[in-house]
This record gives sequence, C-alpha cells and structure tokens, in this order.
Amino acid sequence: MERKLGSAKRRKLVSDILLNGALTILCLLWALPTVGLFVSSFRTREDIFASGWWKVLPHRAYVTVETLDIPTGVTRDQVVEIAGVSGTFDEFRLGKTNSEGQQIIWVGNLRAGRIEIQEREWTTRSNFTLSNYEQVLAGKEYSYQRPDGSTQTVQGDNLTGAFLNSVAVAVPATIIPILIAAFAAYGFAWMNFTGRKFLFIMVVALLVVPLQIALVPILRDYQALKLNGTFLAVWLAHTGFGLPLATYLLYNYISGLPRDTLESAFIDGASHFTIFTRLILPLSVPALASFAIFQFLWVWNDYLVALIFIGEVREQEVLTMRLASIVGSRGADWHLLTAGAFISMLLPLIVFFGLQRYFVRGLLAGSVK
Amino acid sequence: MFTNKRFTLISLLLILALILVACGGSGNNSNTGESSDTDSDTITGTPLEMAMQGAYRGTIVTMTGPFTDEDEVKFNASIAEFEAATGIDVQYTGTKEFETTISVRVDAGNAPDIADFPQPGLLANFVADGKVVDVSTFLDMNKLQANYNQSWLDMATMDGPNGPIMAGVWHRFNGKSLVWYPKAAFDAAGYQVPQTWDELIALMDEIVADGDTPWCIGIESGTATGWPATDWMEEFMLRTTSLENYDKWVAGELPFNSPEVINAAEKMSELWFNGDYVYGGRAGIVSTFFGDSPKPMFDNPPKCWLHKQGNFITSFFPEGLQPGVDYDFFYLPGIDPAYGKPFLVAGDIMAMFNDRPEVRAVMEYFSTGESVRAWLAAGGALSPHRDTNLDWYGDDVERGVAALAQQASSLRFDASDLMPGEVGSGSFWKGMTDYVSGSVDLPTAMREIDAAWPR
Amino acid sequence: MQNTSRASTPERILTLLTSTIGQVLISVLVPLLTFVVLWRGFLFLRDSNAPKSIIALVAIIWGVGGVGLLYLIANWIVEQLPDKWTARLQPFVFVGPAVAILIWYLALPAFRTFWISLWNRNGTAFVFLQNYLDVFRDRGMLESFRNNLLWMIVGTTFSVGFGLLIAVLADRSKFERIAKSIIFMPMAISFVGAGIIWKFIYENRPPGEAQIGLLNAVVTALGGQPQAWVSLVQPWNNLFLIVIVVWLQTGFAMVLFSAALKGIPAELLEASRVDGANEFQVFFRIMVPYIQGTIITVTTTIVIFTLKIFDVVMVMTGAQYGTEVIATQFYRQYFSNRNFGYGSAIAIILLIAVIPVMIYNLREFREKEAF
Repeated sequence: MERKLGSAKRRKLVSDILLNGALTILCLLWALPTVGLFVSSFRTREDIFASGWWKVLPHRAYVTVETLDIPTGVTRDQVVEIAGVSGTFDEFRLGKTNSEGQQIIWVGNLRAGRIEIQEREWTTRSNFTLSNYEQVLAGKEYSYQRPDGSTQTVQGDNLTGAFLNSVAVAVPATIIPILIAAFAAYGFAWMNFTGRKFLFIMVVALLVVPLQIALVPILRDYQALKLNGTFLAVWLAHTGFGLPLATYLLYNYISGLPRDTLESAFIDGASHFTIFTRLILPLSVPALASFAIFQFLWVWNDYLVALIFIGEVREQEVLTMRLASIVGSRGADWHLLTAGAFISMLLPLIVFFGLQRYFVRGLLAGSVK
Repeated sequence: MFTNKRFTLISLLLILALILVACGGSGNNSNTGESSDTDSDTITGTPLEMAMQGAYRGTIVTMTGPFTDEDEVKFNASIAEFEAATGIDVQYTGTKEFETTISVRVDAGNAPDIADFPQPGLLANFVADGKVVDVSTFLDMNKLQANYNQSWLDMATMDGPNGPIMAGVWHRFNGKSLVWYPKAAFDAAGYQVPQTWDELIALMDEIVADGDTPWCIGIESGTATGWPATDWMEEFMLRTTSLENYDKWVAGELPFNSPEVINAAEKMSELWFNGDYVYGGRAGIVSTFFGDSPKPMFDNPPKCWLHKQGNFITSFFPEGLQPGVDYDFFYLPGIDPAYGKPFLVAGDIMAMFNDRPEVRAVMEYFSTGESVRAWLAAGGALSPHRDTNLDWYGDDVERGVAALAQQASSLRFDASDLMPGEVGSGSFWKGMTDYVSGSVDLPTAMREIDAAWPR
Repeated sequence: MQNTSRASTPERILTLLTSTIGQVLISVLVPLLTFVVLWRGFLFLRDSNAPKSIIALVAIIWGVGGVGLLYLIANWIVEQLPDKWTARLQPFVFVGPAVAILIWYLALPAFRTFWISLWNRNGTAFVFLQNYLDVFRDRGMLESFRNNLLWMIVGTTFSVGFGLLIAVLADRSKFERIAKSIIFMPMAISFVGAGIIWKFIYENRPPGEAQIGLLNAVVTALGGQPQAWVSLVQPWNNLFLIVIVVWLQTGFAMVLFSAALKGIPAELLEASRVDGANEFQVFFRIMVPYIQGTIITVTTTIVIFTLKIFDVVMVMTGAQYGTEVIATQFYRQYFSNRNFGYGSAIAIILLIAVIPVMIYNLREFREKEAF
C-alpha cells in the first residue's frame, strides 16, 4: 500500500516536471522576441544597428588590444607579414591567429584601413540609455537652421494628451459593444423570434467584411450628422466593427450555459431581462472579461479608424497617431519605435492583469446542480 | 382591450418623442456658416494680395500630406510668416496612411482644402474623377509661366472629366541623379570623383581591386518596397535611350517589354547583380531598408563607397556629419554622350479640393519661392520656383544640387511617379522586386508590368 | 388577459398592425433614440472648452451610461405591455440595437461594395461579372489565393494547437498566471511594434557582418550563410510571416480556451482521474468534448482572421516578394489605384470564401434550442 502511494507520488512529480518544463520552453520561445524589444528600447540608436541585442549579455568576443597602420603598396595576392604572421590581404581580412592566440585582422580595404590585433575576452555591450523613452514621452526635439542662419529648436508634443484621448476612446469603445453584444448574444441563444437564424448568419458573415469598405459610406453619414471629430464617432465605429466578433464569441459562451439553470429561473417567474442581468451576466464574467481584453487591445492599437474619423482634429489625436508621427516619415527610428511600443503596451497589460482574476474555476459550480 | 390601448399609446409617445428630438436636432444646425464676411469689397487684387491685406483674417485652411515628423516641423516653419501676415490658420496633419485617408476623405465629401501629393500619378486619379479644383481658374498663367520651367507646368496639367486642367502647383522637389560618397575617407584613400561613365566603371573596379564593394543599395521600404529600383531603371533609361523614348515610356506608348527598356534593365543588372559591385549582393539589396543602406559608407573605414539617391537621403545619414566635409555628391555620369546630361527629379505638388478665397490665397502662396524659403534653409528640399535665390539654401551641398538641376541639359520627372498608380506604385515596384529577388526572369517581369497598365 | 380569437376582425387587423409596427419600432427606435441622445450630448461636448481629462470622463460616463439606460427604458416599456406582446417584442429589445448597428456599419457597406463590383473602375459602365473573371485570370491574385490558403491552414492549425496546449498545461501548473501573461503579451503589441520586434529576428546583414537579427546570428554561429528570410527564401518566406501571426494569435486562443476550461466542473475531471484515466484520456474524452463549442468558435475566428490578414504582410514585406494576400490586393486596387470595381470584387470574394465556415456554424446553431 505504501509503495503504491510512493509510486503515485513519484508519477505526479514526474508529470509535474514534464508539464512545467514544456510550459517553460513555450514561454521562453514566446517571450524571446519581446525581451529583444525590451532590451533594445534601452540601447542607443548606434548600438541597435551595430550589434544584436543579446550582446548586452556577457559573451566572449574579440576585443582590440592594439591598432597598427596598414602596410602600403600591397597588392591583393601579395603575401605580407604583419605582427609576426604572414598571409595575403584576403586572409587577413577574415582574421589570422598568431602563436599567442591573438587574432590579427585587416579592417577596411587595401587603401583605407587599419590592422587590429585582438584578443578573445569576456565582454558586454552594456551602453544603456533612457533617452529613447525621454524622447517618446516628453516629445522629440527638432532643431533646424532658419533663413537668417540662426538655429531654431522646437519641442514636439508630449504623450499625455494623446494618452488621455486613447483612454477616452478605448474605454467606452470596449464597454459599449460588449453590452450591446451581450444582449444580442442572449437574444440569439435563448429567445425565439422570427428571423433568428437569418440574423445570426448575418453576424457570422459580417465577421469577414474588411472594415475598409465601410470607411467611405460611414464617413459620409458622419459628415451629414456632423459627427466627425467627436469621440462618439470613433466609439460607434469601433462598436460597429467589433460587434460581429463580440456577438459571436459571447453567443458561444452564453448558449453553452446549462439549460436547467435558466429553466428553473423561469419557473420561479423571472423575466428574460431579470435572468439576463441577474443570472447570465454574472455567469458570463470570464467570457465578458476575455472579450473585454481583446476589444480593448484592438481599439487601443487601432490607427486607421481613429485616423479617418478624428484624424483632422489635432486635439483629439490618439496614442497610435502620436507614435506614428514621432517615428516619422523616415521609418528608420527603430530606437524610438522600441520605446514607443513598450509605452503603448503598458495599459493593455494592466488591463489584462486586472481582468485575469475573473478567469477562475467554479463560477458555474454553484448553479449546476 | 385596455392594455392594448396602452401599448398603442406608448408607441405613439415614442414616435412623438423621436420627432421632437429629430426636429430639435435640425433646428440648431443652421448657424454654422462661414464668418469670413470682412469688408472684402474695399480690397482688391489676386487672392494672395487680398490675403496679405488681411481680407481672410481668422479663416482656417486644412491640409494633409504624407510627410510627418521633422518635415512637418520644417513645413510649419515655412508657412509661419504667411500665417502671421494674413491671419489665415493653415492646419496641416500628416499621416503615414496618406493614400487611404485622402482617398476615403475625398470620396466621402470630407476632403481637406489642400493635399500634398508626392506622386502626380496618384493625383491624376482624383483629377480624372473630377474632384480637383483647376488652379488656372484663379491663378495668373503668365505669372506661373514666369516662375516655373514649362516642363513643371506640363506635368501639372492633367486630364479631368471635361478636358485638361491645371491640377495644382509644384511646391518643392528632389534631385535624384546624385551619387553620394563619404568625402573624407574617399579623399584620404585617393579615389577620384568620376566625370564620365568609363571613369565611374574604372573607379568601381579600383574599389573592387582594393578589396571592397563600391555600391550600397537597398530597396526595402515597407509598403513601398521596390521604389529605389524603379529610380535606377529611370536613370538607365535616360542614359541609354532618347528623351522622346523616355516620354513615350512614361505615357505608356513604349512598353516595358520593348528592346529599349529591356536594354536599360540589362545594363542596370550588370551593375546590380555583380556580387563584387554591391555590398551584401542581391540578398543585401532586397533586404536592406533604403534609409539604412547608405550607413556602411560612414563606417570607419567605409564598407561601401557610393550610394545613388535623391538629396533627401542626407537626413538618413548618421547624425553629426558635416555636409561637404564628411559627405558630398557627384552627378551620375551619362553613359552615351549622345543623350546629354539628363537630370532626374521628383517632387511634391499641392492640389486643391475646396474652392474658397482663403484656399486660393494659400495656393497662390505655394506658387512662390517664398513659401519654401524656411525649408530650403533647414535643408531637405529644393525649390522649383524661379524666384528663389541660391543663397537661400542652408548648405553648399544642397546649393550644389540646385545648381546642378539648373545646368542639366534636360530635366525629367520620376517615371514611376508619373505613371498611373497601377503601374507607378504597383506593378513597376512589384515587377522590379520580383526580378531583383529572382522570382521571375526579366521578360516575365516586364510583361507583367505592362499587363497592369490600365487601358 | 384577452383572447385574440374572440376579438372581432377589425380588432384583429389592428392587433396585427400594431404588432408588426411595434416590432419594427422597437428595433429601430431604441438604437435611434440612444443615438440621438448621445449625439446631442457629443456635439455639446465637442464644442465645450473644459479640460481634456474632464471631457474624457464625462464622455465615458455619458456614452456608457446612455447605452445602458436605453436598454433599461426600452425593456421597461416592453414589459408594461400585455405578456403576449412582451414575449413578441422583447427579443427585439435584446438583438435590435446590435442588428441595427451591424446593418449600418457593415451590411449596407457590404451591399454597396457588391453593387460597385458589378461596375467598371469608376462606376461609369456596368460590366456585370467582368471584374470577377479578371480576378481569376490575374497571376498576382492566384498567388494571393495560394498564400491565403497557406495562412488559413498553417496559421490556424498552429494558433489553435498552441493555444489549446498552453491553456491545458497552464491550467494544471502553479505558474498559471505568469505563463498566461507571457503568452498573452504579444497581443498587447501593436502591429507596427510587432514588425520591429520581428525585424530583430529576421534582419539580414551581409556575411561577415555582425548580425542583428537573432535567426541569422544563430545560423551564422552554426556555420551557415545568413539568409534574407522574408524576401529571398520564396515561397517559404510566407511561413516566416505566418510564424509572426501564430506568435500574436496564440494568446487569443489561449485566453478563450482557458476560460472554457475553467467552466468544466472540477468534479467531472476528478471523477475520471479517480477512475484511472490518464491525462491524455482526460484531455480527449472529457476536456475536448466539453469545450468543443469554444474550439469551433476560436477556429472560426482565426480562420476569418487569417483570411483577412493584412497588417503583418504590409509591415514586413509591403506585400512584395510573393507574399501578396487577398486583403493587400484589395487595399492596393481600392485605395492606391482607385479601381473601385475590381477592388470591390476582391472584397466580395472574401465574403464568398467564408460561406463554408458560415454553413458549418449554422449547423451548430440549429442544434441549439431557445425558449
């Protein structure tokens, strides 16, 4: 008896190790690209282009200990002797090792170059900076020459206003579609009415409609209603474009709730509205929370919808628009992009952590009996 | 029946409430008209003159375009004086999704007053749909002819639904036939700036013999990947065949599959696909971001020595380099003396979508050199206007480019920017990247570019 | 409670009329009323000069509260009616607003697009199905169809597979929260940010240079030649792009699967484990059937997502190097070339492509019974 228990314990331990091991490997794989971004966001522009981000870790590399001038008047296949080693230019270019284990390398070409004598050492490239974050948060500084020859410096906008706008856009654009979709999902799942099938199919079909086709007609309607440039315009647009998926996902969850739960509530004389608000909504919290996260993310990271519907009003610029203009027409400001990407990730992650506690087992446990 | 009546009553109430709200809504909307009714009768002249006298004080002109970031700051600097003098508020918002936003906003009837088009071919589509205001209706054509080279005006003339119109005014341009080199290292190594094609080839071979690759080339550019390759094609077209053929090619009369174009592409391939000539070889060309591609020139010592690109590329160079000291440029020499010294340019044209007096004034302002003066000083743009002074340029390098453009035997506009969007920013880019990356051979690539031409 | 069968004919007609009108009214009026109230408020807000944070706060309360209140009022009105009417009209209080918004924002534009697709590039000549025929003759389009198929099959399989695997593993692990957060993290990154991240993976430098892309650093460390992964390695470059989307979308699948797994009663799992079932048996016999609905939903969503894939391709390759997909073709035709007829036809083909998915979902839907 005791031995059996022992082996069961051991089996449990092995399976735990296997399980956590597999999970760890997957998590490492998934985290690796983001870690690269995170590390890069603290590196200088030059470093980002000069070496891989993993070089901030201690690694063995050749470090130059001495620099010599190149021998002059050498042809390409002539054998020369440098620092006690002989070889041709092409061989030196790849690096030749001398008796002390030093590497002698020809940097540059036959005319313009230098000889470096390098030793293999442990080294890191830990040249960290906060300036990327400063530039993104406080606004970029531009200086240019004026016609009279003086230099003018202009400070770009900071992120605060855009951040507030993004919050003002994203919060209602998350809650409103979820509320509307939850009602609709309940309707489709548990209410009988004419056109139920047809309307549901419409919801699924509309999932695939690219929102770009709706931009022109909607903007035209907004024009007529003078809605352009208001938060309502963007909320409604995000509601419209997010509703098919919200309805579809919530329908899947709500329709999967046990039938007997609802039946007993009906027997107690509850109305649909009471059942929905008192029973279904609390039971659907995990589904509502998970969709809330997704919708929030999409709205938060959206660029096109905001650009079209509030793009002309500078004061209502959202975060993605601000970041896009910082990174600029050049497209080469990787160092700013890395910092910007991290800053814009913060709030969505907080939302995720905040809502994660709703993904718990046993919400249904009390009701399924 | 009592409950039934109550139901009808509620329905009626609902309708009534709705009507009330709707009426209340429409009642308030009528007082949003424009308030530019200053006593404009007493002031006369062209729109710009009227504006300068304060006729449009307090009005707003909205603008959009593809440039953002630093260029936006320079643009704002160049119109600041105009805004102060006229009291017109020019509100510019740049966007990286320019093609989409301008298309959506124009079609939805929400067009900005003025838009900056870096590609006349894109603007031509809007002109064809009759969405653009003809600037010749209010600008003095004699003045325009006096202030612009005729070829600029020809390129601004586009076909509308009711015949050709003047679709906009040119605001600034870029010189493209330029080869940049790291001057300090270049001189130290004892290389000589080539004056002819043969000298260029000799220089390239010299660099190869010294163990380096002469050129750095990159065509990756996000959604616009491939455009640097089309620029190179145009340079070779201008240098291997006549200007007439170039113009016919732009107009779609000389197909890509013709011997002339194939010949130009083959000449270009001799340079591009020679692994000794290009840093990183073909893989380097297709996977390097065009803005990063000149960077190896400024390594110490340089890894490549030559880079062909428009003068805007200097703002992609590493920070802190001195123009004329650390870098300089030379004209990409002609191959066949018979075809002269052609100079390739590209530029930005301002087009107008809403016809109001203050918008006219801004457009007229853009047709003067004064409107780019601050930008010229700040660097990164050249002025197509004749009333600009070479002294206005911020540094000798840009002044040199501007002078070169003036001396060129012929000026030709970037063909891909002039061709219809299907080709110019579609199949031409795609065909060239397909060819360079080796997924199709040259005749196939050329045939597919031709096939996309709208007929 | 009145019995309709006893009522006289005119009364019955009146009843019928009010019933239909009532249904229409409810589904139209409720959203309309919401909209008008919100709209008036926003015009007021837009023109006010209060500090930004206050406007934002008021806007949030106004918007969310307004929508909630309208449901309450509409429902209250309907519940004042006779029971029969309540039963008939209440579903429309529930689904009406959603349907109205969907029609306005997506269904009507879709019909408009279909109509445009039957015309030539700028709507001056009716060409019927010509645009559709052209679509299937274009080499670029055929390439897009091939790529989209690849996206759909590979992208969906791996996203769903990894999502399910991680959800199940995490569910039994002590490190559930941290593991799920890590897998979820990519979802929080905008597409532009994701583009940059993956450049640090796929970036290619000439041989002999310091590689700043991780993949090439590994390859060269192992003695290989650096590759231009997303451009030259055709057609496999599509797979390297798909990896990005799997990385992004697995979090989506995982969150939904995880929520569904939490819904499986613990007693059920315990019981089967006590009965001696091993973990694989528990997974296939208990978990999979229990969360089958979620699996279908997640798969449908990701299939549709990959069908519409756009941003990743645009950011990484500009839809060049043989990575063109349907959505990028649509975008190019519709916005860059302003060839509205052809562009619309491509969008409609997307809609047609999703029909099998719709049919499958409808079958599932039919099996559900409502009250």
